[in-house]
Amino acid sequence: MPRLTIDGKEVEVPPGTNLIEAARLVGVEIPHYCYHPGLSIAGQCRLCMVDIDKVPRPQISCNMAAADGMVVHTQTERVLETRKSIMEFHLVNHPLDCPVCDQAGECWLQIYYMKHGLYDPRMTDEKVHKPKAVPLGPHVILDAERCILCSRCVRFCDEVTSTGELGIFHRGDHSEIGLFPGATLENKYSGNVIDICPVGALTDRDFRFQVRVWYLDTTRSVCPGCARGCNIEIHTNRHRTHHNRGRRVARIKPRFNADVNRWWICDDGRYGFSAIDDDSRLTTPLAREGDRLAETTWDAVLAALAQTLQRYRPEEIGILPSPQMSNEELFVLGQLAAHLGTVNVDFRVPPATPGNDDGLLIRGDKNPNSQGAALGGLVPGAGGLDGAGIIAGAAAGRVKLLWVFHHDLYQSAWAETDVHKALTAATLIFQGTNTNRTSAGATLVLPSAAYAECDGTFTNFEGRVQRFRQALDPLGEALPGWEILTRLGRALGLPDQLYQAERAEQVFTRLAASRPSFGGMTYRGLGDAGRMVGA
Amino acid sequence: MTSEKIFTRNFHLKDPHTLGVYRQTGGYTAVTKAFAMEPSAITEEVKKSNLRGLGGAGFPTGTKWSFIPKGSAAPKYLVINADEGEPGTFKDRYLLERDPHAVIEGMLIAARAIDSHRGFIYIRGEYVQPWRVFSAAVREAYGAGLLGKNVLGSGFDFDIVVHRGAGAYICGEETGLLSSLEGKKGWPKIKPPFPAIKGAFGQPTIVNNVETMAAIPHIINRGAAWFAGLGTKSQGGTRLFSVSGHVVKPGVVEAPVSITLRSLIYDECGGIPNGRRLKAVVPGGSSAAVLTADQIDVSMDVESLAKAGTMAGSAGVIVMDDTVSIPDALMVVARFYAHESCGQCTPCRESTGWIYKMSHRIVSGKGRKEDLDTILDVAKRGAGTTICAFYDGAVGPYISYIEKFRDEFEALIPRDGHA
Repeated sequence: MPRLTIDGKEVEVPPGTNLIEAARLVGVEIPHYCYHPGLSIAGQCRLCMVDIDKVPRPQISCNMAAADGMVVHTQTERVLETRKSIMEFHLVNHPLDCPVCDQAGECWLQIYYMKHGLYDPRMTDEKVHKPKAVPLGPHVILDAERCILCSRCVRFCDEVTSTGELGIFHRGDHSEIGLFPGATLENKYSGNVIDICPVGALTDRDFRFQVRVWYLDTTRSVCPGCARGCNIEIHTNRHRTHHNRGRRVARIKPRFNADVNRWWICDDGRYGFSAIDDDSRLTTPLAREGDRLAETTWDAVLAALAQTLQRYRPEEIGILPSPQMSNEELFVLGQLAAHLGTVNVDFRVPPATPGNDDGLLIRGDKNPNSQGAALGGLVPGAGGLDGAGIIAGAAAGRVKLLWVFHHDLYQSAWAETDVHKALTAATLIFQGTNTNRTSAGATLVLPSAAYAECDGTFTNFEGRVQRFRQALDPLGEALPGWEILTRLGRALGLPDQLYQAERAEQVFTRLAASRPSFGGMTYRGLGDAGRMVGA
Repeated sequence: MTSEKIFTRNFHLKDPHTLGVYRQTGGYTAVTKAFAMEPSAITEEVKKSNLRGLGGAGFPTGTKWSFIPKGSAAPKYLVINADEGEPGTFKDRYLLERDPHAVIEGMLIAARAIDSHRGFIYIRGEYVQPWRVFSAAVREAYGAGLLGKNVLGSGFDFDIVVHRGAGAYICGEETGLLSSLEGKKGWPKIKPPFPAIKGAFGQPTIVNNVETMAAIPHIINRGAAWFAGLGTKSQGGTRLFSVSGHVVKPGVVEAPVSITLRSLIYDECGGIPNGRRLKAVVPGGSSAAVLTADQIDVSMDVESLAKAGTMAGSAGVIVMDDTVSIPDALMVVARFYAHESCGQCTPCRESTGWIYKMSHRIVSGKGRKEDLDTILDVAKRGAGTTICAFYDGAVGPYISYIEKFRDEFEALIPRDGHA
């Protein structure tokens, strides 16, 4: 392993590590635009130059592999002057329209100008004009004048998605990013080019002009869109909702996880947050009064639910948990099912149209926690009915109480007539975040918090347990799913301390203690990257 | 001045581009000799000849060949740069049209030395006639068993692919050329890796100039010592000078590299016409720094011109008499570099256009006092910061024109120009 010195600090790095990454290891940030650890080396922006002993001229650190005995200087007068010059070149033809640019506040031209530029502008001639506000696809819009031609977006489409929609056209200072003839930037990962664009050239058509980035709060979370469990940040706008069409979630950004999604997320995940602030959200507990569902209180609905559950024999109860639920929520439900003695439990509701794995990130299973539900044993016990059996049993009158979580059974692969027969024959309890055709027929409706509104964990398809964190207060009177169930436990008069839990973490601690494969896991121990089950 | 002619020895003959004439004058004897040599011995001979690349960079040819990894099983490519885009340079065109078989023979020998079985020649898109003539010569060579499988019964296979460029100056830069040859945008590649390790299509590659290739058969036939003896201590041979501008006899002149610029202009090209006075000379293509009339007693070899603060480059000698406005000349050159910058590296992309705008403003009478220092400072700051040598080439004229003829520029700037 090469051992080198960077700004007087010695570091040993794996062979092939470039100087930018080597410097990071000793806490030295080398400014750069075109370099991205997930893409090939372009060496175009020329900003990352450093001095190396015994090398006559500054070298770009992105394309320089660390070598044994190398002595690197990132702060020599020559390097600092070079950075200043390169910043001036980057900005010569830039429109300097920060006041109307969505990137402002998270723009690397602004950041590096303040850190490494601070020259007096000398450009007094007409700047080069290029196309502005060019839609490249459904999500991405281009301002070619702001572009510094780092080619990250081009390389992303060439190397990560292999879709090759983008190129750099023309020459010299008329060079511009653009689509190849006939192409549209609509691959499944197109939004990532917005993240890796270091400037305001590629912005998000959904996000732009909605809210200034400095008004946003950031919460670490996990995408609930499929079984991959891509790590994300939820950017919320809680205090200036008039800036964002009333939406509290402003945008979703990927969060690096070397073992899950690296730097990327898919567009379905990125733009899949609209349900959180949608009009279809369930915000108060509801109880049936004849033809309609009337608003009620938590105390009333939980008391009604406890009574209902006690009215039926175990074999008359069928529970359909959801792989959208957190490990914590599933754990409490599993305990309750055990208490009730029902073995008719199955989280597996087949989707109407099965998805496909795309070989990159997207999984065919559109649920974040199927693995967690399976490990949690939310499947039929000995002699119990599976999902289809529960529906058939309800239709036949043998299963008299259906307790459904999140699912719209009408959207499943099961025949609509069978589902309808089952739902109308049995007493239906629904717990979920949004209304759907299934919830509309329920006797009791318990509104649960969306994933962005509570803490919890999902277990991805590989068995990685990952935390998501509360970014927002639950909408209306909605409660975290685990809390609805612990309150129900109390309504049932159960003495277990589990039902006194005040935080999801306490539920998780119980879960980890009761399941060997989760042995030793804690919220703190899961950290930002999660932990593998059984590891 | 009379001296030995190598490259131009057949130019006066009828149909010198044909195989028949080439063979009558001793052609394709060097390749037979080379095939009897060890490949490493060929490279050694070329090293000893002090042949330096005649495209522009002046890198020692034999040394370049020796960078090909020894014993590598990868296919190795020989790529001939016939893009000849440097303004003021037109000598490769003469070779392609009048002595194409010398280039082909040189390629065969070089291919043998580096163990390449496929050569490419990248011909400037505008060079229609040179392309036609060279292509015909390649067909003739195939017909005569000089190319293809088992060349001249030696067991050595070698094919030549003739490729035409599409009109970009940057495609004459060796790695820009390789990108273009690969079917990509003609962007120079970052180094390392260097082409000898990872060049065309990711394989070990040698890129040589047309004239460099044409020298090889003569070196093999007549020996390294003979070739080295024609030049200076550090550069052997003669070379072709493309002399243009204000001389009585412009054109391609072959002379030893040790000839002085004065002798080239006054003895070989008949001096300055119409009784005018010499004002400035660009000695090595537009990217070379300009020399003033009192700097022309310099020898035209690589080292002497480097010592004089300019470069031998492509040996494109552009002679300017006292009717030439240097600010105009700079504006024209700056426009060229702004137009031809590939746009890959930020300093070059942004400042070639900027400097052109400033130089254009100056000759339009709208210059500002600070413009000249801004151009000099921008040029110096950008120099040496880019992937390829294009920008350093642009900096040659930017700086030298202003530093050596500053009065002329200042005279164009209005007195009320901003301070």
